[in-house]
Amino acid sequence: MSVMGLLFVVIASIAATWLWRQGVLQAPWLQEGEVAAYSGRAVAPPPAAKVGLGVFLAVAACVFSLMTAAYFMRQSSPDWRTPPMPGVLLLNTLTLIASSVTIQMAHFAAMQGARERLEAWLVASAALSLLFVMGQLWAWRELIAAGVYAAGNPANAFFYLLTGAHGLHLIGGLVAMAGAIGKVRDQQRTPESLASSVELCAIYWHFLLFVWLLLFLMLTGRADALGAICRRILS
Amino acid sequence: MLVALVMVLVVAGSLAFHFLSPWRATPIASNWGFIDDTVALTFWITTAGFVAVVLFMAYCLYRFRHQPGRRAAYEPENQKLEAWLAIVTTIGVVLLLAPGLLVWGQYITAPEGAMEVEAVGVQWNWSFRLPGADKKLGASDVRLVDGANPLGVSPSDPRGRDDLIVADGELHLPLGKPVKMLLRSLDVLHDFYVPQIRAKMDLVPGLVSYLWFTPTKIGQYEILCAAYCGVGHPQMRGTLIVDEEADYARWLSAQQTFEQSRKSDKGGEKSASNE
Amino acid sequence: MTDLTGRTEDAAPPAEVPEMELFHAHSFLTKYVFCQDAKVIAIQYAGTAIAIGLVALVLSWVIRIQLAFPGAVALIDAKVYYQAVTMHGMIMVVYMLTAIFLGGFGNYLIPLMVGARDMVFPFVNMLSYWVYLLATLVLAASYFAPGGPSGAGWTLYPPQSILTGTPGYDYGIVMMLASLILFIVGFTMGGLNYVVTVLQARTRGMTLMRMPLTVWGIFAAAVMALLAFPGLFVACVMLLLDRTLGTSFFMPAIVEFGEHKAYVGGSPILFQHLFWFFGHPEVYIVALPAFGIVSDLISVHARKNIFGYRMMVWAIIAIGVLSMVVWGHHMYVSGMDPLFGFFFAVTTLAIAVPTALKVYNWVITLWRADISFTTPMLFALGFLVTFVNGGLTGLYLGNVIVDVPLSATLFVVAHFHMVMGIAPVLVIFGAIYHWYPKITGRMMDETLGKVHFWITFLGAYAIFFPMHYLGVLGVPRRFYELGETAFVPDSAHLLNVSITVLALVVGFAQAIFFYNLFTSLKRGKPAGGNPWRAASLEWQTPETPPGHGNWGDEPPIVYRWAYAYSVPGAPEDYIPQNEPPIRGELSS
Repeated sequence: MSVMGLLFVVIASIAATWLWRQGVLQAPWLQEGEVAAYSGRAVAPPPAAKVGLGVFLAVAACVFSLMTAAYFMRQSSPDWRTPPMPGVLLLNTLTLIASSVTIQMAHFAAMQGARERLEAWLVASAALSLLFVMGQLWAWRELIAAGVYAAGNPANAFFYLLTGAHGLHLIGGLVAMAGAIGKVRDQQRTPESLASSVELCAIYWHFLLFVWLLLFLMLTGRADALGAICRRILS
Repeated sequence: MLVALVMVLVVAGSLAFHFLSPWRATPIASNWGFIDDTVALTFWITTAGFVAVVLFMAYCLYRFRHQPGRRAAYEPENQKLEAWLAIVTTIGVVLLLAPGLLVWGQYITAPEGAMEVEAVGVQWNWSFRLPGADKKLGASDVRLVDGANPLGVSPSDPRGRDDLIVADGELHLPLGKPVKMLLRSLDVLHDFYVPQIRAKMDLVPGLVSYLWFTPTKIGQYEILCAAYCGVGHPQMRGTLIVDEEADYARWLSAQQTFEQSRKSDKGGEKSASNE
Repeated sequence: MTDLTGRTEDAAPPAEVPEMELFHAHSFLTKYVFCQDAKVIAIQYAGTAIAIGLVALVLSWVIRIQLAFPGAVALIDAKVYYQAVTMHGMIMVVYMLTAIFLGGFGNYLIPLMVGARDMVFPFVNMLSYWVYLLATLVLAASYFAPGGPSGAGWTLYPPQSILTGTPGYDYGIVMMLASLILFIVGFTMGGLNYVVTVLQARTRGMTLMRMPLTVWGIFAAAVMALLAFPGLFVACVMLLLDRTLGTSFFMPAIVEFGEHKAYVGGSPILFQHLFWFFGHPEVYIVALPAFGIVSDLISVHARKNIFGYRMMVWAIIAIGVLSMVVWGHHMYVSGMDPLFGFFFAVTTLAIAVPTALKVYNWVITLWRADISFTTPMLFALGFLVTFVNGGLTGLYLGNVIVDVPLSATLFVVAHFHMVMGIAPVLVIFGAIYHWYPKITGRMMDETLGKVHFWITFLGAYAIFFPMHYLGVLGVPRRFYELGETAFVPDSAHLLNVSITVLALVVGFAQAIFFYNLFTSLKRGKPAGGNPWRAASLEWQTPETPPGHGNWGDEPPIVYRWAYAYSVPGAPEDYIPQNEPPIRGELSS
């Protein structure tokens, strides 16, 4: 639950800063006129899609934090075994990192208006992500072949649950990325509109990489110290 | 006019119902009079709040109802008034909370040397286990449950051999002795609930929860389950009988120990297989 | 007057909102069925929510008839009873109240009140409704599955919810969980819209602190819902895995009717934490929009600005934040570490302070006002009484030790029905009477409205106020029949009968409302654009009902807050938000 607490502190502080800058403590509502006072700087607001993605990431972060919290709570029971760790996962992690790097390159290319390069990087990133998903499925297959079932042990169950949830988020992202590739192929699109949709993909990919790295650390037991702290706070 | 009057009648009716209705908490039979006191305190504070707010509202409704030529006052805020209201409310809340937390502290701290009694819930009946001569309950595990060992007492634990197993749902307790009930469920959530005792706690499969009380009144009380546990939930009943020391001792000596119950059961099985 | 601290020299204008491209419908199907206009989606949401809510109303009669006349109707056995209890609770809390406040009022009012042309993601908004409809249908379909719907209680506590002692343990619970997962997915799509629309699509001049409290309430509720529903989502997914794959997230080793199950080591309390992590914010997800709407109803019909607007906004924010850390008060006697009781009792009673401040501000708004007893105003007043009553009994249940004797009794049932059943439903009715003229262009009948109000308000109060006393007596909830229970006197049974009779009367009296709702469509008095002479933006649309895109050619520009009522020196007793200022108007 301290994972949740941390997440909430982050979200709450973002919200508090924003509210304060919007003048929630002042009384501009009593002023007249089209322009009311607020202490924010006059910068162009981010596009709605980007804000929407930001809010969605908060929701997704909430889902993963709750699963993590449940993981740490469940870990303290005596029937807990170390989660399985197929070797292919390390390779998958590298693939996902590469995918994140390539999409960042695609974003740079989009900002420079280099269509060809953009398309190439984007396709490369999509291919790498697909490879990651297939690698994850391979890991599942390997485990099932070795008789490691979800019902066998809570650690296994959490392994399938967490990798599955992460994989589904990535597959959802791939659908969006396919849309972005379609837009890049469409010659009528301006480079600016491309850059913004590629940027959204890039943000999402970095988020999923970040989540995966944390999950990976947790599943390999390297986050046990954190878990121990959580349990101490809880018990 | 009419609206204001009805609002006043709602307050008056609620108060009248409270004072005239025959429905009160059951007479208490344990040491938890403090709980009843905190309930009473909460009643007075919240009733004062309810009456004040609704009567003030009714007055406004009457006094400031629309009449030709009336125009409302313009007052966006009054921070001083709001601050005062916040302070008064906070004081009310602290008045409620402080005694509540003190009593909760007592509620969760069983006194040293309280007699330990185990209540076990299964769908849909109650069983009990009392310590034998050694005054200690033996270990138990749900995985050891079988026909001859309905409570899953560990046969390898010497402390458990003299434990008394009460399977008929009737628990006797001596008057005036603090009892720590250890609560264990073998299947789903249950809740040990005796209205006259006031205390209440869930039985959770996989862990042992507890509550404690001192019976203060001789009598027979119903044990109910207060956590929904399936279609038989209302039928999950037991009986708590608070006895004088002598009666309690007589009842206690009539109970079977774990070891006896296993022997007799095995004997029964043997004779059955012989036939 | 208070300080006008705005330092205009370093003030920057709120960004101009770029004109958005709207999807223009061409066929009947895209105009009325697969519609992307938030106003149509709002009607779809509200219609579906009310329809499924009526199913839940009928289920409540099943419950009440059984409690008052046990065994009288042979059809109602324990299984049917528990299924009715479960479905009534789940439908009312999630599929009715949440959907109608956020999906219904949120969709209709947010864009109009902040001066937007539509929600920012209209397509996603449309999808949200269809996923919600699917979720509702899946839930309703569980009545036709073998074994019927789940009878696990709306809290779905494992292990009981997926074991054979509970009705619907095989198909019902799976459909319930699938339906909830769908609902959450659909809601998240809608919730993103509500939040981002408030963040991004406010018209020029509409600063946060000029928004009507309705928008504040719905906005805060949407943010909370986005953060809280993941709790239910995770709980549902994990419970579904426990049920279908035999994992042991929540299932410890158990013996079910003498048979050892394969589960081992899981924690039922973990489920409760996840469930109530959602479940308590859920109460405020329903309450905050109701708070907001009621503020606006009182202000308009009392011709007075809402008193202490800033405090009202801060209270909404404070309640929103605090409500995320009070979930444990549902678990005082759950067997969790009792030390948590101290923490959750403090946070729970702390939340009473901002809530009480809101109540004070509502009644102080009535002070020196000019009150018209219109139907919406009556419903708002009814809300005040029921909410104050239900809120105060919350102080019993929130204070950990007082909760011990009262938890799991009918006191709890009475409390939450008063505070999050009756109170929000009265607001829903008030809001419908209030905004119906904007939605349809016609007024609802006032006489019928008042009859409807008095029966509903007094009837509901007479149902739930006495029910507390059954709880004080110790009558447990979720009992199919009380049977032979010595500590309950026979006179209590009379009370049960009277509650049931009233429940039937109040339930059937809702026919008056529906009659009014449908006949007024054709026969209602034409309303004009602003029949209540209200100041907020939704009443200033060029057309009534507002057309697609809401604002004709130019979106409105906002010059003041939404509560400029009875301003001294103004010719009328209200000044619309988009009326350009007259010099010196506020110089007092």
